[in-house]
Amino acid sequence: MTPLLKVQNIQKLYGKRIGCTDVSFDLYPGEVMGIVGESGSGKSTLLNCLAGHLAPDAGEVMFDTRAEGMKDTVTMSEPERRMLSRTDWAFVHQHARDGLRMNVSAGGNVGERLMAVGARHYGDIRDQAIDWLGRVEIQESRVDDRPTQFSGGMQQRLQIARNLVTGPRLVFMDEPTGGLDVSVQARLLDLLRGLVREMGLSAIIVTHDLAVVRLLADRLMVMKDGHVVETGLTDQVLDDPQHAYTQLLVSSVLQV
Amino acid sequence: MIEISNLSKTFTLHNQGGVVIPVMDGAELTVARGECVALTGASGAGKSTLMRMVYGNYLAASGHILIDGLDVTQAEPRQIFELRRHTLGYVSQFLRVVPRVPTLDVVAEPLLAIGVETETARDRARDLLTRLRIPERLWSLSPTSFSGGEQQRVNIARGFAHTYPAMLLDEPTASLDAANRETVLGLIEEAKARGAAIIGIFHDEAARDRVCDREIDVAIYTPKVA
Amino acid sequence: MALSGENRPYLDHSMADYNFAYLDEQTKRMIRRAILKGLAIPGYQVPFASREMPMPYGWGTGGVQVTAAALTPDDTLKVIDQGADDTTNAVSIRKFFEKTAGVATTEETGQASVIQTRHRIPEEDLREDQILVYQVPIPEPLRFLEPSEVETRKMHSLEEYGLMHVKLYEDISRHGAIATAYAYPVKVEGRYVMDPSPIPKFDNPKMEMAAIQLFGAGREQRIYAVPPHTQVVSLDFDDYPFEASKADAPCDLCGAEDSYLDEVIMDDAGTRMFVCSDTDYCTGRRKAGHIGAQGTAFEEDAA
Repeated sequence: MTPLLKVQNIQKLYGKRIGCTDVSFDLYPGEVMGIVGESGSGKSTLLNCLAGHLAPDAGEVMFDTRAEGMKDTVTMSEPERRMLSRTDWAFVHQHARDGLRMNVSAGGNVGERLMAVGARHYGDIRDQAIDWLGRVEIQESRVDDRPTQFSGGMQQRLQIARNLVTGPRLVFMDEPTGGLDVSVQARLLDLLRGLVREMGLSAIIVTHDLAVVRLLADRLMVMKDGHVVETGLTDQVLDDPQHAYTQLLVSSVLQV
Repeated sequence: MIEISNLSKTFTLHNQGGVVIPVMDGAELTVARGECVALTGASGAGKSTLMRMVYGNYLAASGHILIDGLDVTQAEPRQIFELRRHTLGYVSQFLRVVPRVPTLDVVAEPLLAIGVETETARDRARDLLTRLRIPERLWSLSPTSFSGGEQQRVNIARGFAHTYPAMLLDEPTASLDAANRETVLGLIEEAKARGAAIIGIFHDEAARDRVCDREIDVAIYTPKVA
Repeated sequence: MALSGENRPYLDHSMADYNFAYLDEQTKRMIRRAILKGLAIPGYQVPFASREMPMPYGWGTGGVQVTAAALTPDDTLKVIDQGADDTTNAVSIRKFFEKTAGVATTEETGQASVIQTRHRIPEEDLREDQILVYQVPIPEPLRFLEPSEVETRKMHSLEEYGLMHVKLYEDISRHGAIATAYAYPVKVEGRYVMDPSPIPKFDNPKMEMAAIQLFGAGREQRIYAVPPHTQVVSLDFDDYPFEASKADAPCDLCGAEDSYLDEVIMDDAGTRMFVCSDTDYCTGRRKAGHIGAQGTAFEEDAA
């Protein structure tokens, strides 16, 4: 089996300060990898390098493209990369307003990616939008409402629908449950798990919430000061952490 | 099916002065298809530690654990994940689930994960929940609000949903009433009959005697404190 | 160094005190370059260093600069505002060029070599020897959905136009039909999506014409162009095709069935009449003897 994503020696520097350095891993189809670490550990920098939002200073991000197989997304042309980011890739932002058009209806938000890849039949676009709203538990009657009229949890689900409508293969998530009530978080996590399983998605989830990765991620990468300090199966890293920092991280979680 | 050789384990507590605690040394164990082996030994002897290493939950310091030919101590995370999905089941003492998910789906999930049709998976889940006497009115609720005994039974139903060729059972009959205990022992016997290799921890001696073919006292692998 | 009184333009209104067509030659050269670039890349918005003009932004400063750069002394200029030659804006701009360029002016579409327009395309077909100059308030068709100029430029360069259809989608979902009635977006020669300026969508099909079309946005500092006989397609959906709509009535003055109409409220009781928005077209028809429902036979002095 070939990996979907092959990351080699990614480095991003901010002047002399290290954003992230020497990061390598393979992600296989259907795998969900969590990246944990405290604020400033470089996890978001890494995610943005992987998703093409930031240009890394060194390293390769090889993606198994549908047309040409493995291809370095760092050196590919910008149109090609942007095409990937609205077809095979999805990016779920922590703040829904960064990932949604707040002045466009829910249906329009979901339909945008379809229209961006050439859909030109209003009825079909709308049907697909409604179908996806249903899959993220948003009622059909809300299809013409704007996201500003939605609760935080609904906005986040809408963002997910908008991202998944074109059937991507790789989803990047930046703190997808951050800032939500715990009950809303649980619903979202359940939804994400179901979608990952049904669609065979691969995902990279950046979060500082260990409970979230335990439930969502198969594998875990622990970052500190821009370096990867530990990787492994999620439950193994959490239950038998090897690195001092991971032990500290795990032992610092409040028990409920 | 399960071959453990020269297995050892240490814990290093970096945040407590770097103390190194050896907990297991030179463990050996082979379990054949259709065989059930009980781990015995006093509390703290390392029964759960051994089981967790077999599941890939704890990292081994040295040695090998072969399950259906795959060495868990050397495997990539995704290989272990595949192994857990298809080959190796684990019934722990505690139920760990996403809040809000209905009991029926919690039990069906291991089957859905290997691509079984939703309705087929749910039928199997209904069958197991019925056998384990979870009232049908609870199936649509999340088990997080259930009593300890009910949670344990949901956990067992989930663990037995898929017919794994190898299984790890950590106190499967603890806190169960006689009828449910009987059901669980029945499930274990069925698993053995279809050829599953099982490692179990049973404090319930009668249960142990009934389903286990052999016993291994893990205390013999506990490193002597110098 | 004070100018002597007779050299001050505002004291002496003779032609000699202005450079031809008001703008200095360097500026006109810069604008002509932008126009040529625009013609070479149909629909592409060319940035230019828009000058202060003696009129407020929004009154056609972009169109005036393009006209000034395009005019030659032999040209005949026509200026229309919403189709009419006789509104304040049209009259002012016409007089501006009469004074600063000394060119001939006309109200007859067929007589003009350069036509500056706000919000309309004349009803009469334009010819290859004519130039139509549009005044444009907001040249960026993607602007209302994407506020970032950096991002919209990138979208144009990468031909990422899905957002344009989002706007039309929103229209249909809210109004049951594409309600955009003016400034209806078009795709030029299969490449750039362009704002046709706030002309009614009735005029969109006319943009595939023989004349040169130039667009000037003064405040936004953009010039773009459509060369003669260029493909201009109005965006739409398969199941909601583009329709060039107009009021469903004939002109009450000249009886024309095919022209774009203005609705005029006649009294406090709400009596209405529909008249051609293109005043020259209407006058031409009435001169030729066409009479609408409320019209009278054309008399030279009655107009």
